[in-house]
This record gives sequence, structure tokens and C-alpha cells, in this order.
Amino acid sequence: MLGSTKFVCKNIWKLFGPDAEKFLTKNPNPSLEEIKQAGLIPAVRDANVEVEEGEIFVIMGLSGSGKSTLIRCMSRLIEPTHGELMLDGVDLRNISDKQMIEIRRHKLGMVFQHFALLPHLNILKNVAFPLTIQGVSVREAEKRAEQVIELVGLKGYNKSYPRELSGGQQQRVGIARSLAVEPELWFLDEPFSALDPLIRREMQDEFLRLQAMLKKTIIFITHDFDEAIRLADRIAIMKDGKIIQIATPENLILNPADNYVEEFTKHVSRAKILSVKSVMSSTLCDSEEEVDGSAKIVDVAEQIVATKTPIRVVQNGQAIGSIDAKKIIEILVKQV
Amino acid sequence: MMKTFNTIMNSIWFWIGLFILTYIIAMDAKNIAEYLNAPWLTKYPKDWIFPTKTYISSFMNWLIEDASFGLFTFTEFTRAISWTIEQPYKFVLALLSSGFTSGFGKNIVQILPPLSWLGVLAFVIALAHYAKSWFLAFIVGLSFLYLAVFGQWDSAMITLASVVIAVPIGVGLGLMFGIYAYYHPLFEKILNAILDLMQTIPIFAYLVPILFMFGFGPVSALIATVIYAAPPMVRNTMLALKSVDPEIKDFGIMTGCTRFQLTWRILVPASLNQIMVGTNQVIMLSLNMVIIASMIGAGGLGFDVLSSLRRLDIGGGFEAGIAIVILAIAIDRLSQAFAVRQVQINKKHKDYGVLSRYKRTFIVIGILLSALIFGQFLPFLQDFPKAYELSTGTFWSDLIKYLNINYFDYFEAVKIFLLKGFMLPIKRFLLSVPWGWMILILTILGWKFGGWKLALLNLLMSLFIVINGVWDKAMITIYLCGASVIIAAAIGLPLGILAAVNDKAGKIIGVFIDTLQTLPSFVYLIPVVMLFRIGDFTAMIAIILYALVPAVRYTAHGVKNTNPELIEAGIVSGATKWQTLTKIRLPLALPEILLGINQTIMLALSMLVITALVGTRDLGQEVYIALTKADTGRGLVAGLAIAFIAIMADRIISAGAKKARIRYGMEAE
Ligand SMILES: Nc1ncnc2c1ncn2[C@@H]1O[C@H](COP(=O)(O)OP(=O)(O)OP(=O)(O)O)[C@@H](O)[C@H]1O
Ligand SMILES: [Mg+2]
Repeated sequence: MLGSTKFVCKNIWKLFGPDAEKFLTKNPNPSLEEIKQAGLIPAVRDANVEVEEGEIFVIMGLSGSGKSTLIRCMSRLIEPTHGELMLDGVDLRNISDKQMIEIRRHKLGMVFQHFALLPHLNILKNVAFPLTIQGVSVREAEKRAEQVIELVGLKGYNKSYPRELSGGQQQRVGIARSLAVEPELWFLDEPFSALDPLIRREMQDEFLRLQAMLKKTIIFITHDFDEAIRLADRIAIMKDGKIIQIATPENLILNPADNYVEEFTKHVSRAKILSVKSVMSSTLCDSEEEVDGSAKIVDVAEQIVATKTPIRVVQNGQAIGSIDAKKIIEILVKQV
Repeated sequence: MMKTFNTIMNSIWFWIGLFILTYIIAMDAKNIAEYLNAPWLTKYPKDWIFPTKTYISSFMNWLIEDASFGLFTFTEFTRAISWTIEQPYKFVLALLSSGFTSGFGKNIVQILPPLSWLGVLAFVIALAHYAKSWFLAFIVGLSFLYLAVFGQWDSAMITLASVVIAVPIGVGLGLMFGIYAYYHPLFEKILNAILDLMQTIPIFAYLVPILFMFGFGPVSALIATVIYAAPPMVRNTMLALKSVDPEIKDFGIMTGCTRFQLTWRILVPASLNQIMVGTNQVIMLSLNMVIIASMIGAGGLGFDVLSSLRRLDIGGGFEAGIAIVILAIAIDRLSQAFAVRQVQINKKHKDYGVLSRYKRTFIVIGILLSALIFGQFLPFLQDFPKAYELSTGTFWSDLIKYLNINYFDYFEAVKIFLLKGFMLPIKRFLLSVPWGWMILILTILGWKFGGWKLALLNLLMSLFIVINGVWDKAMITIYLCGASVIIAAAIGLPLGILAAVNDKAGKIIGVFIDTLQTLPSFVYLIPVVMLFRIGDFTAMIAIILYALVPAVRYTAHGVKNTNPELIEAGIVSGATKWQTLTKIRLPLALPEILLGINQTIMLALSMLVITALVGTRDLGQEVYIALTKADTGRGLVAGLAIAFIAIMADRIISAGAKKARIRYGMEAE
């Protein structure tokens, strides 16, 4: 069900260094300088995130900005120095180790940058591995594994070993493996960063295809803004451990929070991202033709530019505004 | 710059001055002592000896006779351990060597014979083929065939039985400790300290108490073997687990693995490579130790060598010695093949039928069963026919006789030259330095290299040696080891340098070194005794052969891995090859070379109890005598004295190497 909150991070801090916790209790909201002065490394500073059911939430930032640390805090691979984590209303930081193991076994999935496949197992056994850990019988686990292997397009590779596969194929295995247990919350830490650009695009398409089918709640990390724009429902941009803006790709481009964010948006093709609705003027007008408000600019630019007068914008059969060629050209020209 | 130069000059003059002073004191010590009428200056008086060994012995007696943990006594405890180890050992021994029997004494009846030699041969061949190739099968098969044909089969099987029991225990314990240390950093720290210490204590120091607690026999030998062989497994396990890709570990946690699952289904399999390296080391060390442990009743090939040596039976000793070498090489190759196979995952498994998939197993079982059934009628199936056994014993005896008759003068000349010109002067010098002065020098050495802590350590340790009345023996120990190490270094350093600068020579030297390392320490003694008979000279040659390896290996490594930028800098500034070697590579390799020499000293010290067999008069002899008499106090004191010498040498040299590294900026202060 889209719209209900699935996962919440509240005031997550992670400082590396001795006595980080003590430092933070004394000074609950330190500045960057204060942290550095205390000899601590500010990996994550006061991150607040709410992820909705079925959403692709992308965390974007340059190398060293704290993305991995944040996702590792979220999955409790490391303990946050401070903060709350709620999954389906359960406080993840206040449950027993046993309960955490159960949640990991059934609700969480993770895909790793360098695939993290087990070198000593073949593809089938790799994918079946998380199920066997849960105690599912080998036969049943492998049956399910075969299904997901087919789902990611690797049918026929069951008996191969990881190192016989290309990087793209290996990551497909990584994805299949994390999907085998049907997780509800799916973490992906730069899953395509180790792949070359062509394969990366192919994998992004594959990823979108899978998500259209499976509708998981996803937290996806990348340092590639194009990738973020392509995949995200919403994007969080990180800098020096701090989340500086959370917004939809469109909003990010239209209303960047600061120069840092704007710098990223400069190089993307706006016409592909912006919808008609987001740039139209709200004055209504009469015209022969009409365009759909949620259409992307690229798709309707030709039609609008071909018309001399403003065109009516409609949504669900209702006129909601108008747009003219001048606006379209402005957007297309601004693009670098 | 000037200042460092000055300090070096200072220290060089300091050492030279100290040496000259010591020499003068040593020469005149007797006169001074007489003049002052204080004989205790040169000879530590008997009345002053503190009876540590008596205390230890009575403590051990108390332990065995009276000590109790409430529910059970100490003796019951050791008996329980003995019993647990003895059962599987008896079983394997029966399987390989003695056969299964029932009844006692005269009524003893054999129910089942041991595995037939043909069956065992088929088994190892099949194993080698399974692990690697027909070639390996051929090598291993030939080795075992040698054992049968040359009449070493029975002893070899006894030795093998000990290895078969000791290895799984060693590997298992090593894994347990390693895994526990991986999860508990504090425990890891403690364990590392203990392992470091164990490395400097010769095995014999704990052989004696083990012997006392568990009695003369195979169980003591097995326990000693495990203690000796398990440490590298611990280290390799820790190394292996730490080397696992952190992402893979994260994956394990994210999958919801329990710690048990994380360990056994992810970490251990993913690092099997390194763990198998550890296993191979356990196997080789076990084999080495089982041979040594024949001194405390392990029997087998080691015992054959030992008794031949005692009888001065040249041929017999050689035969058993060669059998040890062959067994060691076969087992080493086999276990290495398994190590590689375990991690070789690319093998495509085609689905054959059951019959062809397990054909090796069927053949081996077939041979074993037919030997069991038809062995009574066709005895050659069961035992290799005695009539066809060959003996090389006479050949070796004749060869040695021939060498001795024709070349005796040459051997003797070399021996006497080195003895008179090199060994005896060192010995005389060390024995004539008054003990008080020597302790002072050791303390100064400690202070110079490691500050007051090391000075105190050296003071206490050397006081222990003198107070326990083993000073002269300790000096003989230092002399024997020192002379051996000097020659080992004189041979080893050039070899190492050659191996580093010339690839072809490096390969040949590598093979030579690897072979030396596979051989159990015992083996070195045999040919040397044959040529030079018993005495210090023989002991020295055997020690040199055994202790040479690290001197070569560390030197080669150090010289080879000089920072290439520095070499280029040298070439750019116009240095010749010789100059780069002597002015850049060697000085930079100095820390590593020192560590190699350190290892050489450790090996030399651990060889002492073996060389006691050829009639040395050092601490090793003390331990050996204590072993034969099961005199715990005496053995432990002598063992500790050796350990203390080892620790002092180790600390001083390590501190020296560290200073050198700091001076070259390779390590922070
Ligand atoms: N275990 C650690 N101990 C100390 N500092 C750490 C540790 N892990 C990460 N850091 C520091 O925290 C900061 C954030 O690191 P993080 O790995 O989260 O960045 P990232 O955004 O994932 O970068 P990348 O794109 O390179 O993966 C960095 O400055 C890093 O050096
Ligand atoms: Mg990262």
C-alpha cells in the first residue's frame, strides 16, 4: 500500500572515534567544527528519513559523504552513536539480538557494491543460502532459488561459480539472492557502481522492471546523480554526513536547497525529468490542442513548440493551466 | 647528521672497549681470584646453589600424590585425559600396525589383522589421485612402496598412527582458539602474547612436565606433539578469519546468521585457503615432533633412528632416517594437494553413475576386503613378503666405511681445524669470563637496547641460571649455539643475497631451502654422525643444517623488497650495482636480516636436546638426562635456562631490529 510509512530514521548520529557517545550526550547538537576539534570523525550527522511503503528512496552524495555509514546504521550493521530506527513501528534499537536476527531473516535484504557472493558456493547455492540459513529445507530453498535466478535472467547458470561470471551477472546473482527471502525493506549500497556504464544502464532498467513487479520498499545508495534521477521517487542529498535536502527529482531541480545541490542538477537533462505540470503557468486558456499535465517535457516539446499560442494543460480531464513554446525553449536552452 | 654519526662512533668504541676489557678480565680472572683469595669470583660455589629443582620435584610429587580438586584428584584428572587420547590412538594403531586383539598376556588372540600393506598403498594412491593427479599418485605410491620394500613399513605405520591422531586434535584446537580469539579481542591479545612466548621456549621445556604427569609412552608424546603443532593453526585461523572480505561478513549478518552460522557457513569456508595452510603446517610439525617424541615413548621411525644412533648402527640409522624423509615428503605433497583442491572450485562436476563416481573407493575397499579374506592363504596380501625386502643398511655402512677409510684424513683435518681454530677458543673464552662480569654485560646489553625493563629482565634471568648452578652448562650452550649461528649466518647471508639478486639462483636456493624445511630435525644428525662421529663438532654441523633456513629466507626477502624508489635514486646518482647492494639494499635489509638471525638462534636452541644424543655437555644434555630419568625438577630448570637464553637473545635482537627500523624511518617511535 503506497503512502503509509514503512521505515523511519530519527536523529541518527554516527561519530567515529573514542568516547563519541559521551561527547554527544554532553553536547546533543554539535557543529562540524566542534566534532572535529574533539578528534572525532563526523560520518553521519542528525539524519532524519521517513521512507514510504513501495517507495524507491535514493541517498546521493559524493565519496566520503557518509552514505555507507548511514545505510549501515539503518541496517544496524554498525550501531549509531545516537538516534532511533523504526521499522513498521518496531523500535529496532530496542529489541533483542534474537529478534533482530528474525527481522533480518524475513524482512530485510541487502545488495552490496562488490556483490559479496560466497566464493565456495555455486550460483544456485549462493541464492539459496539465505533461505537455508532460515532453516528451509535444501530442496525447497533451491526450488525458490531457481525461480529468482530465472527472474533476474540468469537461467542456466545454476552450476556456475561466482568468479566465472561477469560483474553484471554477479550483481544479478546478488540481487536474486537478496530477493529470495522476499524482503520488505531492501537496501542497495551502490549496487551498480562497480559496473561499466553500459552494463550499469542495463542493470538500472532491470532494476526498474523488477520493482514494477515486486513493489518493494527500497533504500538505494549511489554517488551518481543521473542514476539517482532515473530511479528515485525521492532523493536525499548528503554532504559531510548531513542530509541537506530530501525531495523528488523534479523538486530538486526546480528548488535546489543550496549551491551544492544546484551544482548536481546543472548537468542533467531537465526536459526528461520535469513534467508539464511543474513548469506551466496557472492561467487557464483556450486552445485547440491540449497536453497531459504529468507528461514529461521531452515527450510533448515538439507539439507545444509547433503551436504558436499557449496550449491548455489538463489532468484527469480538467484544465489546470497552460504552457507555451517560450517556456519550453527556455527549459531546453538552459540545459547544458 | 653529525650527532648520529657521533653516537654510532661512540657506541662502536664502547663495544670494542667492553670486549677488550672482558678479554683481559677473562684471561686474568684465575689470578685475580687467587690473589684475592676469592675463588667464588670465577666459580659459583656449590653451597650457594638454590635448590629450585628439588622444590619443583617435590611440588610435582605433591601434585601427583596429594593434589585434589575436591571431586577428583589431579592424578585422576590426568588419567582421564590420557584415557580419552589413548582410545582413538589405540584404535588407529591397531588398524595400521598391531591388529585387533583380545585377551592378555599369553592368551592374547588376534581377532583382526591390521590393514594390509596393499590396501594402505591403494588408499594413499587413490587419495593422491583424487587430490591432484596421476603424477602425485605415482610419487606417493612410490614413497609408500619404498617403506614396504625396505622394511620400514611397521615403524612407519606407528609414526603415521601418531600423526593421524595428533593432526585432527591440533587442527581442532587451533581452530577453536583462533575462532574464539577472532570474536574476543582481549583474548586475542593474551593469546598472541602466549604464542609469542611459546615460540621462544624450546619444546623440551614442557616435554619434561608432560612426561611426569602422563607417564612415559605414546600419550605423552601425543600431548607434546599437539602443543608443539597447534600454535601455527591458531595464528593461521586468526589470519584467515580476518582476511575475509568485510562485505561478505556484512552479508552474513544481514542474512540473519547466528554466530555459529556466520563462523561455519561463511567465514571458515570463505577463508579455507589460509586455514589449509595452517593445516599443512600442523601436519608437518606433528610429523617432526612425533619423531622427536620417540624419546618419550612414541615409538616408530624416530625410535629406530634413536636406537641406531645409540648403537652407532650406521646403516640402520640411515635407513630409518631416509624413511622419515620420504614419509614427510609424501605427506607434505599430499596435504598441499588437498589444500589446493579444497579451494579449487572450478572443477566441473559431471554426473557419472554411482559406480564410476566412487570407483576409487570401491577399488580400495575391494583390495582391503580381499586382503582380509584371502590374507590367511595368500600372506603377501597382508604383509609385504619378507623374502623380497631389501636393505640398504649394508650399502650405507659400506659407503661410510669407504668414505672413512679413504677420506678420513680430510674429514679429520676439517674437523680439527674448525675445532681448534674456531670452536674451542670461543668455548674457553666464555667459560673463563667470571659469571658476575657476564651478568653485568648482559644487563648493560639489555639497558642499551631496550632500556631498564630489558636490563632488569636480563639481570633476573641470568641470575636464575647462575643460582641454579647450571652456569657452565649455559655457557657451553651459548658457545655451541653461538658458533653454529655464526657459521649459519656466514653461509646463509650470502646465499640469501644471491637468491635476492639473481632469479635463477633464487629458484635453486628456494628448492634447497624448502627441502631442508620439510625434513624433521632429527634427520640432520644421522649423516653428520656417520662422518664425524660424536662430539661438539658433529652437533654444530647438525645445528647449522637445521637452523640455516631462516637466515637465508629473511635475508633474501629483506634484500629483495628494498623500496624500489631508493634503488632508483641510487642508480640515478651513479651507484654501481655493487654499491647499490652494499650501500642501499643491505643496510635497509638489516632489520629483516636481524630477525632472520633471531629465528636461526631460536631453531639452534631448539635443536640442542637432539644434539644431546651425540654427547654434548650443555643444557640440552641436562634435559635429555632428565627425560630419561623422568626428573622433572632437573629437566624443568634446564629447560627454563634454555628458554631464558632464548628470550634474552630474542629481546635484544628484536629491540636492535626495531631501533634500526626506527632509524630508517620504517617504523614510528
Ligand atoms: N570504521 C570507520 N572508522 C573511522 N572512520 C570511518 C569509518 N567508516 C567510515 N569512516 C569515515 O566516515 C566518513 C564517511 O564514510 P562512508 O564510507 O560512509 O562514505 P560514503 O559516502 O559511503 O563514501 P563512498 O562513496 O566512498 O563509499 C568518511 O570520512 C570515512 O573516512
Ligand atoms: Mg560507500
